[in-house]
Amino acid sequence: MADAKKYPAPVTNPETAAFWDAAKQGKFMIKRCTACGEAHYFPRSICPFCYSDKTVWEEASGEGTIYTWSLMRKSPTGPYAIGYVTLKEGPSLQTNFVDCDLEKLKIGQKVKVVFKPTDGAPLPFFTPA
Amino acid sequence: MTIKGKAYIAGIFEHPTRHAPDKSTAQLHAEVAKGAIEDAGISKDDIDAYFCAGDAPGGAWPMVDYLGLNTKKLRHVDSTETGGCSYIIHLGHAAEAIAAGKCSIALITLAGKPRTGAMPPRAQGAEADFETAYGATTHNAYGMCAMRHMHDYGTTSEQLAWIKVAASHHAQYNPHAMLKDVVTVEDVLNSPMISDPLHRMDCCVVSDGGGALIVTTPEIARSLKKPLVKLIGHGEAMKGPRGGKDLDLTYSAGIWSGPRAFEEAGITPKDIKYASIYDSFTITVLMQLEDLGFCKKGEGGKFVADGNLISGVGKLPFNTDGGGLCSNHPVNRGGMTKILEAVRQLRGEAHPKVQVKNCDLAIAHGTGGLLGVRHAASTAILERV
Repeated sequence: MADAKKYPAPVTNPETAAFWDAAKQGKFMIKRCTACGEAHYFPRSICPFCYSDKTVWEEASGEGTIYTWSLMRKSPTGPYAIGYVTLKEGPSLQTNFVDCDLEKLKIGQKVKVVFKPTDGAPLPFFTPA
Repeated sequence: MTIKGKAYIAGIFEHPTRHAPDKSTAQLHAEVAKGAIEDAGISKDDIDAYFCAGDAPGGAWPMVDYLGLNTKKLRHVDSTETGGCSYIIHLGHAAEAIAAGKCSIALITLAGKPRTGAMPPRAQGAEADFETAYGATTHNAYGMCAMRHMHDYGTTSEQLAWIKVAASHHAQYNPHAMLKDVVTVEDVLNSPMISDPLHRMDCCVVSDGGGALIVTTPEIARSLKKPLVKLIGHGEAMKGPRGGKDLDLTYSAGIWSGPRAFEEAGITPKDIKYASIYDSFTITVLMQLEDLGFCKKGEGGKFVADGNLISGVGKLPFNTDGGGLCSNHPVNRGGMTKILEAVRQLRGEAHPKVQVKNCDLAIAHGTGGLLGVRHAASTAILERV
């Protein structure tokens, strides 16, 4: 597998530091607005839907389905599959699919989060559930 | 207030080069500026507004200085950066400024050399930590749109291939086109897969070069010698994943910029005789045609098939210069060349083999950024007077 691939460490900032701290514990966090009830990703302090500042961190299930994908056949670090996953909690996010046969990915397929190490906090990826 | 009829495109120039290792980027900007100024028949000292985007070395003030523009006269500057559609947005902004009396002769330039060397990376947004590592490039960002469009609407690779086939039919008559060979649907399908489901021939060329426009008032345009081409409608819009809610990659911001432009122009897609549609990839064209209202959402595949985009053959002649798919894609930004070919069609200056008869209404539309991630779109509707 292409797990030897080196991923860049997140730079992090005050707004998102809690996400990366949780990732170090293997937890995949999303933000939810307590005013409108909507979850969103990537995390912001102000809700992008209702503009309330009453957003809170929530540990997500890490489960979702593939919305779309595309397999980049060649790159300096080898083939890789980018895509969007729609989380069980609602929001869709951009990711790579890992630890599987990249030619057999399917829209609608169930996937789950898996963290991969960097020189800093680990990064979330998705793999078939 | 409307910009309808308030601004005319009086000068155009497309750099003939497609590979310029022996020139500087600033030099290319100057060469296209000179070309458009000469085409319009004005003096550079008459220019009182300058528009450029992220491809201009150092931005507006170094360029205004380098180009030797008349700073005693220059009174309006706009460096809106929205990727490939920046120049279509500039055209609209120039018309707004002209309509408001803030300037009377605007110069818009684009130039660069991505074929000679890699372009500098764009500045990162707030999403960087949550996306950069996943390697979104143009190929896979548009591939993701195509994959979902196929899933939702049954669009096929064969249908996408027809877009490239039509572009190649036009490019054979363009002496400056990078790819002049006419290709078939089979050629496209047999070309290597780059990023599923897009093949190599679904992708545009990478070329050095550039282009420029002179936009002016109706009065000044009438005092010059070129056929009159006026802007009658303009729209701009942006789209992104917006917190991940209701993600839908099968439509673009063109779904908003298009209707805005058509409403201002007071016409409908049925009235359009020629369409310049940014063709970074075949899927870009298919989605834009749907979003602009040339066909219903999901029916783009049927619309582009069987040569419907070939001039003299189909119902909607598109990109008669060969477009980005075959002719030119200077600086990886297709908006400028879209306007240039639309003006040529309206002036009757397109190649005789692809010139649309009685071409009095044309559209120039483009996107900028990554269609499957975050992007802008802009639509301009032009009329021959």
